[in-house]
Amino acid sequence: MQTSSAFLQLLVAGISTGSIYALIALGFNVVFKSTGAMNFAQGEWVVMGGMISALLLGTFSSVGVACLLAVLLVAIFGLLSERLVIRPLRHPTALLITLVSIGLSICTRSFVMLTLGKKPVGYPGFSGATTISLGGVTFQAQTLWIVGLTLAFLVIMHFFFERSMLGKALRAAAADREAAAIVGVRVETTILISFGIAAFAGALAGAIITPLTLASYDQGAMFGFKGFSAAMLGGVGSLPGAVVGGLALGLLEAFGSFYISSDFKDAIAFAVLLLILFVRPSGLLGRADVVKV
Amino acid sequence: MLEVNDLSAGYGNTQVLHHVSLHVAPGQSVCLIGANGAGKTTLMRCIAGLLRPSAGRIAISDSDMTAAASARLGFGVALVPEGRRVFAPMSVRENLEMGAFRRLWPRRDRTVAGDMAMVFDLFPRLWERQKQPAGLLSGGEQQMLAIGRALMSRPRLLLLDEPSMGLAPRVVQEIFVTIRRLNAEGMSILLAEQNANMALRSAARGYVLAEGEIVRVAESSVLVSDPSVRAAYLGL
Repeated sequence: MQTSSAFLQLLVAGISTGSIYALIALGFNVVFKSTGAMNFAQGEWVVMGGMISALLLGTFSSVGVACLLAVLLVAIFGLLSERLVIRPLRHPTALLITLVSIGLSICTRSFVMLTLGKKPVGYPGFSGATTISLGGVTFQAQTLWIVGLTLAFLVIMHFFFERSMLGKALRAAAADREAAAIVGVRVETTILISFGIAAFAGALAGAIITPLTLASYDQGAMFGFKGFSAAMLGGVGSLPGAVVGGLALGLLEAFGSFYISSDFKDAIAFAVLLLILFVRPSGLLGRADVVKV
Repeated sequence: MLEVNDLSAGYGNTQVLHHVSLHVAPGQSVCLIGANGAGKTTLMRCIAGLLRPSAGRIAISDSDMTAAASARLGFGVALVPEGRRVFAPMSVRENLEMGAFRRLWPRRDRTVAGDMAMVFDLFPRLWERQKQPAGLLSGGEQQMLAIGRALMSRPRLLLLDEPSMGLAPRVVQEIFVTIRRLNAEGMSILLAEQNANMALRSAARGYVLAEGEIVRVAESSVLVSDPSVRAAYLGL
């Protein structure tokens, strides 16, 4: 009984952290699809989501409203970042965008530190500090919010990319920029939108995890690398891959830190990243695109 | 329909086209023949609005379009690009939808469904494979899809860049039958081809492009029997 409840406890923890990683990985994948680049500013947007939510909570009494506004603000920040930093590049190759995004991440971190401070911030969950006990497992109600909101966001993204014309245009531009321009898609706009979506996803992750972990300006790099590992694990550029990679990484961390040692919690993500790069660089669900010429 | 005047264009410091002029009358089928590297694709890209010319002007349906690049595609002019350039990971049907992108976004034009039915009628093989990723189609099917995608914008001028490239002779025949049929139904066509033989047989007039300049223009029947054209482009 003892071990089975420990198992369930770890399962819950793994799924909730995994949801966060999935959201961050989705941000990586959306930008990768549209530009071929890895956007290392992704993790900073997670931190921004949490810190701005905390700030807004001073003005708005409802956690939900504060978080929603914060996520929207960060999404706008993502759009602005693209306009100011990526769009002006004269020859926007994937490597160049990746390098520029590292600069963007450093600037964003400093910006967050200077405007929002160095102190870690936190706020209560969407249902206060309510805890739920189920079959010998006790967890915070916020865990359910995390899983639920992540799931809802992923479903919306799925329909956006598969059903809406704008989503299809994003996929088309990702598949072949020139061909997309030929059918009248403004490719720069699709890149802009993908940065907006990525920032939204990151900020959402930050806003919903902060009640459990606190947010501080210097966590961005770690969030970024975890999300990056999850994206690589699932298969970079694949939407279902972000979910699978995020959940797998969250569970591996939860179980690994319990059964091996919690000192290794962060090392697990990097071990997984190395392993996947050695064994299956295209990721679990990734595949090389099949093109007949 | 299309009027190109004294057009020069290139990439960076390399000038590819020098003072090119050509015109396509409404409903006419015109071909542009020339060797690999003569500048055919560059000219097509300029006309489609994908490349900004360094000098000269382009008028479509009597309105100057030199500056309004993005207004051309999706409205009146459609390009079937060299190498087909279908959206490989997307399904055949989605590729066709993308062809009508400017009619579906931001506002949905209800008549698009009818055009899709028309394309499926023209290429029944695309109907059969509509749910498959375009990247898995054969070369000929991808060419049909590229043409179908272009037709989805309801162009009055269809630009075809090397539609025969890399295809088996039998498939090339089939593609050209379709091109002639579209022209017979009233569509203006500008066809760039290395396969001069096929091109001259389906176009009324032909321009010969060499090293970025128009060196000959004549009725197709005249070009076909011209000894220098026969020697240089028809391999006879």
